[in-house]
Amino acid sequence: MKINEIADILEGTFLTGAEFGEKEVFSACGSDMMSDVLAYVKDQAVLLTGLCNPQVVRTAEMMDMVCIVFIRGKKPPKEVIDLAEKKGIALISSPRRMFSACGLLYSNGLKPGN
Amino acid sequence: MDAIHLEYDVDGKNFVSAGSATESVKAQLKGLGINPADVRRVAIAMYEGEINMVIHANGGKAMVDIFMDKVIVKLIDTGKGIPDIEQAMKPGFSTADEDVRNLGFGAGMGLPNMKKYADECIIESEVGKGTTVTLITNFS
Ligand SMILES: Nc1ncnc2c1ncn2[C@@H]1O[C@H](COP(=O)(O)OP(=O)(O)OP(=O)(O)O)[C@@H](O)[C@H]1O
Ligand SMILES: [Mg+2]
Repeated sequence: MKINEIADILEGTFLTGAEFGEKEVFSACGSDMMSDVLAYVKDQAVLLTGLCNPQVVRTAEMMDMVCIVFIRGKKPPKEVIDLAEKKGIALISSPRRMFSACGLLYSNGLKPGN
Repeated sequence: MDAIHLEYDVDGKNFVSAGSATESVKAQLKGLGINPADVRRVAIAMYEGEINMVIHANGGKAMVDIFMDKVIVKLIDTGKGIPDIEQAMKPGFSTADEDVRNLGFGAGMGLPNMKKYADECIIESEVGKGTTVTLITNFS
């Protein structure tokens, strides 16, 4: 699935990194615990989260993830958006809640991965 | 390639900047053309350690030595120390409070994760004096 499709399916808007919209991703994970993301994520390229602090971007960057979706219409502060821009990570804000956002992506073919 | 030595101050009062030392090391390793899987292993383990220094120990110093075949990361703090290292290593053990958990940390997964990703993870700690974590990652 392309990052652009994720934005479409979740009725999301890009906060940064719209230029990466054509990138293909194959799996995602949803979590508000960065500890768990660091411990359990393998090759998931997309992170869905309700957390908005800079460590969300740092965690994604350590895991080589390419896209973060902020659920429930959350928008992180500017410093977080700037950090993601520097790291080349796409940020999307979606009005969906966690369960629906994950379900929608799953049923459209995005997988949990390992 | 000669060994490269890097040093960073990790600010214990600044949760926003936590992880920036690891970020810099990751960029350096990438720039040296180290295998991405190895870069990621180093980055995850060091980031966990750097976050621990900020949330549990008021910050400290990170010293990194990059060799041809491995990288050695030393995280040195003068924080409260770890009374029982064996217990601290258990997955799920955490003394983090609600505030830390609201920031997305404090699942008690950091130390086990460091052990998993680094080839060697040596923890030395003295209560009231501080903790030094040494992470050695061999390049594959
Ligand atoms: N540098 C340190 N100084 C003092 N105590 C530490 C330090 N690092 C770890 N600890 C202690 O060991 C416990 C376990 O650490 P670990 O990194 O595994 O979990 P955590 O930091 O609590 O949560 P997580 O890493 O999942 O966010 C911590 O809760 C803390 O009590
Ligand atoms: Mg930790």
